[in-house]
Amino acid sequence: MTGLAADVGSAPGALRRGSTRSATSIFLDAAFSGLLLIGTFLGVLAIGLLIWTVYDRGWARLSADPGAFIGNFVSRFPARAGIKAALHGSVWLMGLTALFSLPTAVGAAIYLEEFAPRNRLTNLIEANIANQAEDPIYHYGILGLGVFVRFFKMGPSLLAGGLTLAIMSLPVIVIACREAIRAVPGSIRDGAFALGSTKWQTVRRLVLPAALPGTMTGVILALSRAIGETAPLLVIGAAVSIFNTPNDIRDPFSALPVLIFNWTSRPNPAFGDAAAAASIVLLAMLFAMNAVAIFLRNRFATRW
Amino acid sequence: MPKVLSHPDISRRNGRFSERGVLIVLFLCCAASVLVTVGIVAVLAGETIRFFSKVSVVGFFTGTRWAPVGGRVETGDFGVLPLINGSLMIAFGSLLIGLPLGLVTAVYLSEYARPRMRRILKPTLEVLAGFPTVVVGFFALNFVTPHLLRPIFGDDRVFIFNAAAGAIAVGLMILPLIASISEDAMRAVPQSLREGALAMGAGKRQVTLRVVMPAALSGIVASVILAVSRAVGETMAVTIAAGNTPRITTNFFGSIQTLTAYIAQTVSGEAAAGTTRYQSLFAVGSTLFVMTLVMNLVSVRLVRRYRQVPL
Repeated sequence: MTGLAADVGSAPGALRRGSTRSATSIFLDAAFSGLLLIGTFLGVLAIGLLIWTVYDRGWARLSADPGAFIGNFVSRFPARAGIKAALHGSVWLMGLTALFSLPTAVGAAIYLEEFAPRNRLTNLIEANIANQAEDPIYHYGILGLGVFVRFFKMGPSLLAGGLTLAIMSLPVIVIACREAIRAVPGSIRDGAFALGSTKWQTVRRLVLPAALPGTMTGVILALSRAIGETAPLLVIGAAVSIFNTPNDIRDPFSALPVLIFNWTSRPNPAFGDAAAAASIVLLAMLFAMNAVAIFLRNRFATRW
Repeated sequence: MPKVLSHPDISRRNGRFSERGVLIVLFLCCAASVLVTVGIVAVLAGETIRFFSKVSVVGFFTGTRWAPVGGRVETGDFGVLPLINGSLMIAFGSLLIGLPLGLVTAVYLSEYARPRMRRILKPTLEVLAGFPTVVVGFFALNFVTPHLLRPIFGDDRVFIFNAAAGAIAVGLMILPLIASISEDAMRAVPQSLREGALAMGAGKRQVTLRVVMPAALSGIVASVILAVSRAVGETMAVTIAAGNTPRITTNFFGSIQTLTAYIAQTVSGEAAAGTTRYQSLFAVGSTLFVMTLVMNLVSVRLVRRYRQVPL
């Protein structure tokens, strides 16, 4: 906002010579900006309440014996229940999701930004990716169930879960990577071409390294969204009662959000406490990932 | 790149060859993303067609009773209207919360907030957008219902699982969406328009309400449509907080079931493949797919329109 706008807006109208503004108008101005402030802070208050509720219910359960909570498998006795299988499952899923989605998304982004001809096919692909970013999450679960679990007979395995989440993360990473590539100035490319580089050499040696921090930020944000997601994993059949950690991508799995959902849905309030404690662990992971993403963005972002 | 051919003398030819190979690989990456959409549509359509070979289309879209188990012996009762009713209630209720708060936030951030405030508030709201939906559902069930709705409206009126708590939770989720898209639209309004209005003697409130908001209207509308589509597609918070009772009602304090909650509930109950109940998941999914696709297409159109405002 310009200083001019601020001055005109906030100066008391009565003090200005020749002002036509009435007292009502001045009152309305104040009321309007007051309303904006209150409305905005209601949103912030909601975040505060959300975090407080989870902390209030879960902290006692988590801090009583964090080792047991993280190291125990689930149990029908809430006091003995832990999140071991779910935590391992979530970490595995995160790794698999990154493994599947990152190369594909970067490839798609490079193609669209550097190579794609302007034609209908390209427009179709672009519209498709933009639409996918807004797709309801359960679509991916249904795709995973129909294609990976049933058609390719993977069953409710880590592989099916990782692929489903990877497909879900794909459009988000593509969009982030494209923006990072677009931020690399054309002069860099022209310079490389002038020295005789081919297009791919230019992209691989100059454009991609420069676009890496932006891409990684997008990847981490997409992954943090993916591991917090419940619905697709529920649809493909992630389990809760699992009493060993996965060793293989063909193993059945549990995941933190699925476990939280299961515990939240039980009538026994002690399981509610456990769900809140598990939520704290999940939120801590998400915040840590977001912090890394912000750090990467600030530390390595190239300013041209 | 194949190393055998990479001698400088023949690098030109080799370069051209590998460029082509790279191009094909990169194109395949894009094709994968299109395949995903094709896959979603194919899976949905295939099972939906199988579903409608057993259950009549008219009955599905006009039936007022949804009872996949314990309905008619052969197929169960599959009238989707109760589920649509639930989803629309959540969409309406969440807009009631998310639209005013989101718009107010957008106006504040775009027109009133000092840069420093903006730098703090924007990431804070993004935190809300990134919250796992199960945790928001937990909040709705364990805070909104017992500590907000019940003290205000009375324990006997508000059920433990109720549409209002689900709607409030979803409202909080769509708030950042409405705020950020609307704010982008308002910031895209050229500064000269504001300065013109100010020069004509308009106050800041008038500039905001009569110049900036009308100019950004298509973006604001787009954000609302996107929010409705998100609200209809939201699964976990409504499954946890709004209950699993499919019925046609307007009572926000009673238990309902949305289209998405049916999908989540049935799958966690493991419907066996090939049964009508299993196929009903895909029929419900298709219904949602068409609803959200239409809304998304409309909003993408509108967003494109406001982006054409010159800066």
